[in-house]
Amino acid sequence: MAEKINYEAGISSDAAKQPRRIVFITRKTSAKVKGYVGAQLMSYPHVVLREAMAFQFLTIILVVIALFWDAPLEQLANPLLTPNPAKAPWYFLGLQELLHYFPPAVAGVLIPGLVVVALVVIPYFNVNIEGEPLWARDSRKRFATLAGVFVALFTFMVVYRAWTVLIPTVVLGALAVGSYFLRPSQVRSVRFLQSRSLPWWVMTWFIAVALTLTMVGTFFRGPGWSWVWPWR
Amino acid sequence: MGTTAWTQQLLGQVRQSRVWRSVFRRGPGRTNRTRSLAIFGNLFLHVLPVKVREKSLRVRATYYLGSISFFLFVVLAITGILLMLYYHPAVPDAYRDMKDLVYVVSTGVFLRNLHRLAAQAMVVAVFWHMFHVFYRGGYKPPHEFNWVIGVGLLLVTLFLSYTGYLLPWDQLAFWAITVGTNIISYVPLLGRPIRFLLLGGHIIGENALLRFYVLHCVILPLAAVVLIAMHFWRIQKDGGLTVGDNNGRKD
Repeated sequence: MAEKINYEAGISSDAAKQPRRIVFITRKTSAKVKGYVGAQLMSYPHVVLREAMAFQFLTIILVVIALFWDAPLEQLANPLLTPNPAKAPWYFLGLQELLHYFPPAVAGVLIPGLVVVALVVIPYFNVNIEGEPLWARDSRKRFATLAGVFVALFTFMVVYRAWTVLIPTVVLGALAVGSYFLRPSQVRSVRFLQSRSLPWWVMTWFIAVALTLTMVGTFFRGPGWSWVWPWR
Repeated sequence: MGTTAWTQQLLGQVRQSRVWRSVFRRGPGRTNRTRSLAIFGNLFLHVLPVKVREKSLRVRATYYLGSISFFLFVVLAITGILLMLYYHPAVPDAYRDMKDLVYVVSTGVFLRNLHRLAAQAMVVAVFWHMFHVFYRGGYKPPHEFNWVIGVGLLLVTLFLSYTGYLLPWDQLAFWAITVGTNIISYVPLLGRPIRFLLLGGHIIGENALLRFYVLHCVILPLAAVVLIAMHFWRIQKDGGLTVGDNNGRKD
């Protein structure tokens, strides 16, 4: 006696498209997902050997540089003698550059705090799971939203005169918003821009701003955090 | 070729010896069984999976950025322990020790250069690793939690570098830490207590140096080791690296 089947059977091993799957296990079958894992290698010796080689290359490079490049050492610390400008380590100079424009509670606390929170939650919000191109669906609605956000950011930065934040934002914003107007093309760079997803744009914008701020803070800031040219 | 054969023979004899076999109980890695044993029979290697996808071993897949970050940490631990032999976390002894490293200790300059260089490189490598993982989609399920551990490791790396910055007790160190710790005091409500806790007082003095020293040499490295172990372990438990799967597109 055959039971009436009221479900659909299908095979999917593409976790990107169907993250949740229900498996019905009937007699004499198993819940095996048919997926191609690809060629595999034994970790010993393949991984161990490669890692050992990587470690050796790295050590050689470090040793050679350390032989010729001296770590800086200045005068004994003197709390009464403030250097102008007093700079944080280079990886915090982006934050110090932000402090130049925004109130300390925003630049020193709120923004880094938000960045850390944003980084932590990335995998829990299905960010970029499908990597869908930005203009693939609802392109008009998305364009209006993105352009609105861009104008808001632009205004905010102009009001605070945060020029070094504004410049990478304008460049990335122009590329993102501009890619909406590009016609489908065979040119590689055009296709590259058109196939980018929203998370890609946001992350690239973040990196561009962080890099610009760090470079400016490191090389282009002198006494009183004024603009200087490093070659002068 | 003669030398190679001779070396092979010698190596074979060493491997047959009783002492060698008491250390490495498996035989030579000629079969997949003994190769597997080489991984999970070893305390240090057993964090690795026994098998890996061939794609994930390609240089372009990872640029070995995670490994490089880890190797830099190893270099920093070794050079750091050696530097501890010449260092007193006191004012002004700390600065005098720096001068000693430069003028008195043999290879002192090299040791300090190497430590400083590896520290800067590790910050770069960890950031680069994170961005690369993001663009490659390495944080996707089932790797979510490993990404979170990675963010923790980024913060530990930054704090390690930052606490090390004060230790030479020169002008550069003192004022960089002044700028940084002043930012902390802007945290609403908790800012000043946190700064007080970190510095052991209201000013950057001997207490601050000692606290930064303990953080830099004990607390943060321990935190890093635990997080690194979890990070590696999770790669294996989450089913290995899924690189080469570039946002679902063919790579």
